[in-house]
Amino acid sequence: MTRELTYATAISTTIAQAMRADPDVFVLGEDVSAGGPFTTTAGLVEEFGAGRVIDTPISEAAICGVAVGAAQSGLRPVLEIMYVDFITLALDQLVNQAAKAHFMSGGQLTVPMVLRTQGGAGQRAAAQHSQSLEAWLTHVPGLTVVMPSGAADAAGLLASAIASPGPVVVVENKVLYFRREPVPDPVQPVPLGKAAIRRPGRDVTVVALSRMVGEALAAAEDLAAEGIEVEVIDPRTLVPLDLETIVESVRRTNRLVVAHEAVLHGGFGAEVAAAVQHAAFDDLDAPVERVGAPFQPIPLSPPLEDAYLPGAAEIRSAVLATLGRR
Amino acid sequence: MTTAVSVDTQVLRDLLATMWRIRAFEERVGALKRADEVHGLIHLSIGGEGVAAAVCRQLRDDDAVYSGHRAHGHAVAKGAPLGRAMAELMGRGGGLCQGMGGSMHLVDVAHGFLGATGVVGGNIPLALGSALAARQQGSDAVAVVFFGDGAVQAGLFTESVNLATLWRLPVLLVCENNGFAEFTPRSAHTTVERVSDVVAPYPLPRQTVDGNEVADVWTAFSGLLARARRGEGPALLECLTHRLRGHYEGDPDRYREAVSAEDRQRKDPILRLQRAGHEAGWLTGSESFESDARAEVEEAVTWARSSPFPSSVPEELR
Repeated sequence: MTRELTYATAISTTIAQAMRADPDVFVLGEDVSAGGPFTTTAGLVEEFGAGRVIDTPISEAAICGVAVGAAQSGLRPVLEIMYVDFITLALDQLVNQAAKAHFMSGGQLTVPMVLRTQGGAGQRAAAQHSQSLEAWLTHVPGLTVVMPSGAADAAGLLASAIASPGPVVVVENKVLYFRREPVPDPVQPVPLGKAAIRRPGRDVTVVALSRMVGEALAAAEDLAAEGIEVEVIDPRTLVPLDLETIVESVRRTNRLVVAHEAVLHGGFGAEVAAAVQHAAFDDLDAPVERVGAPFQPIPLSPPLEDAYLPGAAEIRSAVLATLGRR
Repeated sequence: MTTAVSVDTQVLRDLLATMWRIRAFEERVGALKRADEVHGLIHLSIGGEGVAAAVCRQLRDDDAVYSGHRAHGHAVAKGAPLGRAMAELMGRGGGLCQGMGGSMHLVDVAHGFLGATGVVGGNIPLALGSALAARQQGSDAVAVVFFGDGAVQAGLFTESVNLATLWRLPVLLVCENNGFAEFTPRSAHTTVERVSDVVAPYPLPRQTVDGNEVADVWTAFSGLLARARRGEGPALLECLTHRLRGHYEGDPDRYREAVSAEDRQRKDPILRLQRAGHEAGWLTGSESFESDARAEVEEAVTWARSSPFPSSVPEELR
């Protein structure tokens, strides 16, 4: 059974399902009882009450610490940080406490918390409400990092994140929230650390994150008309990365493009490129191409933001570059 | 002037024994640090044992205790086995944390010591989370967090006090105000001398006591603890203590005047309780608190030394 849900409703549906199944699951964050700015927690307080859907002050550091402590003491918090841009305020708690507690305590402590947040540009929200900061998070051992590209994965990955014994950061994308697709009913967990091949193809592998999966599929459709078959891989989980699926694909296509919305400089694409060239150097027929944003803050002005944001056109150019047709 | 008479002598004897265990443990840790057998950044609480003992000896194993970087005393008072604690400081595989954490990351879940942290003030909101969990699970357990006066100037402190009072959490904020944040006197960091004044606008009981007077700490904490267990919300207890050692082991301690022998006699919580005990008659001079503690610590050192270093990071931690 499936039903058509938006990405945002897929999230609230998954949280509700988890809260029904486990009384230790609870939600906390700013404005969560009102549903939040993107309706991702809409309806929860009505069903579960204010004791399990807890509105917090605008204190990202403290509420992240509360989630860590609650998780260490046996609850399963689902914390919302409204914009990934504000995760900066919670990073000490996330990086120094949540990510390390299990390790530093020699396994005595576990931190089964989920930190949900969202990033991405395209809404004229300017430089402090549009960033893609996932690469920072992937640099910290102890954090699982997830980026769903559609409603079904937004549900399935979140279900797995809530069930995970360790801290998981789910980076959603604000532009995707109101896109619909069929979602399994009831929600089925999608395993963490397992990539999805979104479109098979023999010529070039494109690894795309989050919103860029849709852009890669659009580029692939376009290129197919020219006889170029692109394979689109959605890693879904950045840490742990399903390198095996990516490398297996590159061994067939011999060409790789990595695409994300974050700035290229220090982006997660560099990690994928390095890992693939190490694992499959002899299989590569062209340098790995990367697609990402310019190394500058995101401008407000609509034409400038549109020009800033990478998409299908940039992916298409990168694919052609790997084929020597720049 | 002492108020020791107001606390049961059996309790006072237990507190004296606990303080000696902490003192003996930490003096040995200091020596082993100098001998390069204990590793890492080592911050001793010598002079502050009274607070750790008076607070932790009133708690249960299901009460969560969090601490900062000066945490040995809190862990020991909460019940951490000395051998495994010492082994952890030595980086041995038999350590509480299998040698992965060390002094600033001591954890002993079995006794509710959920841990030290190396980030000043970093654990304050975690205690709120444990308190929230206790309440959600229908338990009357509480959470306690120890922090120094240096943590109070961090935003996290005020965020946490606000949340603790807003949600009326069963959490006890215990500030050990030793007047120094690392190398700098409190007066150079803030215009507010008393931490209890910092929280004045919030609806929570706040008390400042002489942290060197262990009976005073016991009595004050006892009242605040009972309230929190009854679900009446958080409290702040500020204990004025004195760091008889430098910020860390090896600290040349040039930024403040040396503690005179006379001053040390006056401030040392162990010597004070012993004087009170002799005056009140519950100590005779034939007791062996100190020698028992030192013998127990020697056993702990022997046990720790016999524990091998880990050969690799355990599989389940990778």
